[in-house]
Amino acid sequence: MKVPLKQNRDFLAGLMFIAIGCGAMFMARDYPFGSSLRMGPGYFPTVLGGLVTLGGIIVLIEGMVKPEPIGRTWSVRALIILPISALVFGVLMEHAGFVPAVFLLCLIAALASPEFSIKQHTILAAGLTLGCVALFIWGLGLPYPLFAGH
Amino acid sequence: MELFNNLILGFSVALTLQNLLYCFIGVFLGTLIGVLPGIGPLATIAMLLPLTFNVSAVSALIMLAGIYYGAQYGGSTTAILVNLPGEVSAVVTTLDGYQMARQGRAGPALAIAAIASFFAGTVCTLLIALFGPPLAEVALEFGAAEYFSLMLMGLVTAAVLAQGDMVKSLTMVGLGLLTGIVGTDVNSGMARFSFGFPELTDGIGFIIIAVGVFAIGEIVSNLGEDEVEKREVFTSKIGSLMPTVQDLKHSFFPIVRGTMMGAFLGVLPGTGPAIAAFSSYMLEKKLSKDPDSFGKGNIAGVAAPEAANNADAQCKFIPTLTLGIPGSAVMALMLGALTIQGIAPGPQVMTQKPDLFWGLVASMWVGNFMLVILNLPLVGLWVTLLKVPYRLMFPSIMVFSCVGVYSTNNAAFDVYMASIFGVIGFVWAVLKCQPAPLLLGFVLGPLMEENLRRALLISRGDPTVFFTRPISLGFMIVTVVILLIMILPAVRAKREAIAD
Repeated sequence: MKVPLKQNRDFLAGLMFIAIGCGAMFMARDYPFGSSLRMGPGYFPTVLGGLVTLGGIIVLIEGMVKPEPIGRTWSVRALIILPISALVFGVLMEHAGFVPAVFLLCLIAALASPEFSIKQHTILAAGLTLGCVALFIWGLGLPYPLFAGH
Repeated sequence: MELFNNLILGFSVALTLQNLLYCFIGVFLGTLIGVLPGIGPLATIAMLLPLTFNVSAVSALIMLAGIYYGAQYGGSTTAILVNLPGEVSAVVTTLDGYQMARQGRAGPALAIAAIASFFAGTVCTLLIALFGPPLAEVALEFGAAEYFSLMLMGLVTAAVLAQGDMVKSLTMVGLGLLTGIVGTDVNSGMARFSFGFPELTDGIGFIIIAVGVFAIGEIVSNLGEDEVEKREVFTSKIGSLMPTVQDLKHSFFPIVRGTMMGAFLGVLPGTGPAIAAFSSYMLEKKLSKDPDSFGKGNIAGVAAPEAANNADAQCKFIPTLTLGIPGSAVMALMLGALTIQGIAPGPQVMTQKPDLFWGLVASMWVGNFMLVILNLPLVGLWVTLLKVPYRLMFPSIMVFSCVGVYSTNNAAFDVYMASIFGVIGFVWAVLKCQPAPLLLGFVLGPLMEENLRRALLISRGDPTVFFTRPISLGFMIVTVVILLIMILPAVRAKREAIAD
């Protein structure tokens, strides 16, 4: 079976490991290496970076010898929207308060599903916000303002 | 008699009103997420961990443990009624459990699953009580060299026994160790891999990684699935729950064997309940006079794996509580809960905090008892939950994840990190790189570096110290033997066949 490199699962995984391993070794150059007797802060990271790189090379070769396609689909929509919803939550928590943060987090996250329904998800967001306020703020006493400025 | 006194102490802790309540909350939540596919105990425990700050250590552990073994009960309900594993560990139960449901015997299948789990839970509670103290006593003698070798052995077995490609899992362990290094080096005070972010000088919290990869990453993964599976729920056909005498006879020995298999595999690091369930299913099939009946509704095919996965889940606590070495990603979170409470995990926990250890052990038996009651008469309630569509479930998971992560340090930065790990976790899922070994490596990374340094310092830089001290040598030999066995082409081929 012919699998293009761009679709070759293990080839890509190997590349990822090699990139991270080499990156770690490169960054660890700035940390004193020390000796086996007195290890510096650079010793462990350098050795580990080397091991991860080595593993990456083996995985990469495995991928060339026995190519396996990625073989699954993904939702670009979810990949973009879910981090955005988390970002909005973080910003609102610090500037607008718990209630708007939770409400919008839920509503924006819901957009990640192709079955988004404005009516259903608004009700869900409202219910969840109320539940979270009851559980986290009133129940567990977390010290967040419901609305900033209060 | 000491055991007897210890158990009395344990029950006196576990049976206080407060701890009973936490135990109930734990097993209730565990059943809930066990029934629901798409959310597992790991993500749930990670999300709820920050909530345990204000609770006493023993109550927190009782609740979190309840979530874990409760999920093993709940997972079988979905497996039997919907042919969909509620948890990974219940995959095998779908084979015969669902067939029994189709034959109108869903009730006995559910009952046997609960009975098997309860039996396994009871036996394993006793095993922990019996073997915990002597193991901890041995572990108290461990020095830095022994700890390093033990952790190495744990990580290697975890990677080797994990599902999927072995080299990938081992490399993921390495990656986890590297991730664990992020932050300030304790010996030199130097910030490593902090990329200039002051937030990273304290290291990455394991809650962030666990929630990111296992909760948010899972959502991304699930939303990317081609089509949502059509669920056929056998709600109206559960019928009588009572198994016949014949059923009980047929499942007695499978339950005993499943429990033994699960308990044995449970003590090994990295196996996970799914492997225990699968192994015991294969064993029953091999021992059976009529192997062809498996997969067609043989009750032994429900009893054995259900006993095994619960036994495995509970015996995972043995190395965790006595040695302070987590055998699985969930156990790493349990140790995290201890650390949050200001208790350093290790063999000294048992002697310094006997109420904690024995209270937890006793609560497991109480929890298992509650689970039988929760799961059998209330099975209808759980089944209605399955009708909640995923489009309503995942925003809720997202909310609990973000609030949980935020409340750990009151830092928005942590939430951003978690969502980044969500994306990374999804990439790993696409490339079939198992995240569980990574989480273990992450937790053990700083400990391993510390013990490696200390061992070499004591031996004046002589690396043979790991091979001259007998206990350490033993761990090293086991590690090498496991690696060698796994490299054998025959074993490797079989292992990959199982993974598929």
